[in-house]
Amino acid sequence: MGKGMKDNIIISIKGITKSFGGLKALMDVSFDVYEGEIYGIIGPNGSGKTTLINCITGFIRPDSGHVSFRGHDITHMPPHRIAHMGITRTFQIMRPYYSLPAFKNLIVPLWSPRARKTGGWRGGGKHGDRDTVAVDILEEIGFERDSRVPYKLASTLPTGYQKRLELARCIALRPEIIFCDEVFSGLSMSEIASMLPLIEKLKMDGITLIMVEHRLRELFRVADRVMALNFGEKIAEGYYSEVIEDKRVKEAYLGSEEV
Amino acid sequence: MEIIVYGIINSITLSLISLGFTLVYSISRLPNFAHGALYITTGYIAWLFMNKFEGFPYPFAIFIAIAITCIIGALIYRFILIRIRGMEISEIIATYAIGLAILEGLRWGGLRGMTFTLPTFSAGSVNILGTNIDHQRLIVVGVGICTFILLYLFTHFNKIGLALRGIAQDERAAMMLGIDSDTTAIISLAIGSGLAGFAAVVLLPLGNIIVEAGYNVLIFAIAVCVIGGLGSWGGTILASFIIGFAQILTEAFLSSHYQMVVALLAIIITLLIKPSGIFGKQKELEERV
Amino acid sequence: MEMMRKERIDRGIKVRTEGIYAISSYREILYLMGPRLLLIVGVLVLPLFLELAPYWKRVVNIMFVYSLLALAFDFLANYVGLVCLGGAFFVGVGGYLSAIFNVYLHLPIYLSIPLATILGAFFCTLTVMPCLPLRGVYFAIVTLMYPLLATRVIEALNILGGTNGITGVDSFPHEYVEHYAIIVFMLLFLFGMRRFVNQDIGLVIRGVKDNDQAVRASGISVTYMKTLAVFIASFMCCFGGAYIAHLYMWAGLSLFALDFSIIPIASVVIGGGGTLVGAVIGSFILVPLSEFLRFFGTFRIVIYCAALTGFIVLKSEGLMVYLQRKYHQFERWVRV
Repeated sequence: MGKGMKDNIIISIKGITKSFGGLKALMDVSFDVYEGEIYGIIGPNGSGKTTLINCITGFIRPDSGHVSFRGHDITHMPPHRIAHMGITRTFQIMRPYYSLPAFKNLIVPLWSPRARKTGGWRGGGKHGDRDTVAVDILEEIGFERDSRVPYKLASTLPTGYQKRLELARCIALRPEIIFCDEVFSGLSMSEIASMLPLIEKLKMDGITLIMVEHRLRELFRVADRVMALNFGEKIAEGYYSEVIEDKRVKEAYLGSEEV
Repeated sequence: MEIIVYGIINSITLSLISLGFTLVYSISRLPNFAHGALYITTGYIAWLFMNKFEGFPYPFAIFIAIAITCIIGALIYRFILIRIRGMEISEIIATYAIGLAILEGLRWGGLRGMTFTLPTFSAGSVNILGTNIDHQRLIVVGVGICTFILLYLFTHFNKIGLALRGIAQDERAAMMLGIDSDTTAIISLAIGSGLAGFAAVVLLPLGNIIVEAGYNVLIFAIAVCVIGGLGSWGGTILASFIIGFAQILTEAFLSSHYQMVVALLAIIITLLIKPSGIFGKQKELEERV
Repeated sequence: MEMMRKERIDRGIKVRTEGIYAISSYREILYLMGPRLLLIVGVLVLPLFLELAPYWKRVVNIMFVYSLLALAFDFLANYVGLVCLGGAFFVGVGGYLSAIFNVYLHLPIYLSIPLATILGAFFCTLTVMPCLPLRGVYFAIVTLMYPLLATRVIEALNILGGTNGITGVDSFPHEYVEHYAIIVFMLLFLFGMRRFVNQDIGLVIRGVKDNDQAVRASGISVTYMKTLAVFIASFMCCFGGAYIAHLYMWAGLSLFALDFSIIPIASVVIGGGGTLVGAVIGSFILVPLSEFLRFFGTFRIVIYCAALTGFIVLKSEGLMVYLQRKYHQFERWVRV
């Protein structure tokens, strides 16, 4: 466990259930996340990981269950209100603002009420200032300031940079929790290797990360605790060594052996 | 009693009008704003055959008119829509422009005044439940119900129909199974236009062939489809009954001026309460993932 | 066999004028300012030339109104992603309000137009607000209904002069006031909008078009941004409507007519969507053209629609983008 971790719960999910038509996407999923930790959510395809994130961040209304953030019930808030409280997310399908250059993509979160409230820059919103902050954030996340990359159109960036841009968009909001929806998927080994320090740095900054991942090995290098989902049900939770040894998790990934 | 009988007739009229629009949208996701224009075109072509060639048999004129409309629909897709498929804004503007061009072209070409009428299939009237109804309206009801049943059978038990449904449900998966998206779109536009034409030949004998009717048909078709949920069959029929009865009721208790107002208000209220329409698909899942 | 390929290269002067060094020579300043000055000066001196052709005075005024409407449509469609097929609704609201203020409340013209513009924009925004969660086809369909609904309501209730409209609206005090009122505002709106869409708030609005989910996840209410955009667009249209009411000294149902919806759309498509200037240029072409075609009656609309479809299918970038490319780049054939 990370040394910066305190023992207070930052977000608590209780009994989230969601079904689409006849399909039960989530069944009574509950878990707590402590402040400052990296919490991993794993599971095979179609196990409801993205739906879970959508329910928590307000993009889908859960049928039942509660989400509380620092004691406030945020279950039925619209997404932008939840984001305003400091819970943001990346999207599995990256869609940057194609018609804008990469650094202008960050203008959107920087303009948001939350960033204007918490942002520490001069004047609080002069045109030039926001651009500078945007380039600063991009540099932090691995865009070379002096290269042309931050100024290129977002649609022309390679996948690795687009993933970073997604993360940068979250960071610009100065959030308390970031939900990362498969940030490693589609990246090469070297790109992942350069992403991992970023994740660790975010944790050092005190941001709680909840990561949905397929790439277990990379996830286990950074995650403090892990939860496993299968067919919308929570089947295991704990340290990764425990979870990976869990019989039901093995079954979910490898198929049942006793058939 | 009168209200119920006329309500049913009106509702079936509305669903006949809007079936073509729903069919095209449900299969190829194309909003066919030229629907009303195709409706009037069919009527006009049938009229041309009837009046320019002496003694042209009426059923044959109808058949040719519908066939020509089908071809027009297919041509619209083959030469125009195929190039802008997927660009929603362009699709709307292009089909709307085509529809306008056809309608205003017909008006310019002389489709004005009250002289353009099609003969009814059978004159006379019968008395049902104390209400006098002429034969043509009865035919509308019968034909309407037959159309629903035939379309249901076509889409559930015919190879082409099943392919159309496959494309409607999951375009990519259907394409992998060897169903060509463009071909089905052409077929769907042809059938949709044909349905518009079919509705026209059944309904137009009740009134005049005028350009304004084209606009009204488009508006009613859209109203019904939006309220029922774009691309949903059951929704279309249910919505046409809702609007149909609402209109007859307003006509009975207020005045016929309000007919269109009721339809338009119904749209706005439906969208306020449930943006995807009564039977609209669950949009949430579709758009996020 | 030789394979040839077309190559596009930026002109030297374009590259030289990209930085601050553009102010180092007159030629380069002229290269940058030329097109803008041409438009501004051309538009400003146009009324003086109209003394030679009095018949065209009214046409030119209407042309500027249409360019405002086209500007609003372009902004909504290509920067916010809302395809509004019912621009006529905004025009009608502005026109009727202005007539009400002027005729029923006896406000002078310099009060009735601004009041109609502002209150009309509020009214339009309020009425369109329920549809803002809709997108794509749904929004287009519903906005198409609005002008029709307004017409039918006025007809059915027989209010506001019914089918006759409100007559006796004040005209402009002088011909040149009439010209320059619309010209100056058109230029202000044009350059104002060009600036606005590149401001931070404008970028957020453009973000809504590209990916509204991400905007939501950034803690910004998408509905609020769309409301703002509709307010801006309807503000422009209401001004146009109020102006027309005073120009014709009459506000009637024809303010909700199809022309006010379809011609701006055609202008945007022909001029080039997403450039704002293209919308204006497009209406400069279309409206005088429609005057030439007046002889054909409703056939005009057929011609518009044919042009519209042709441009969408064959040259979807529009004239403006094409001209910009010719201005900034040259083309040549090279061997592969």
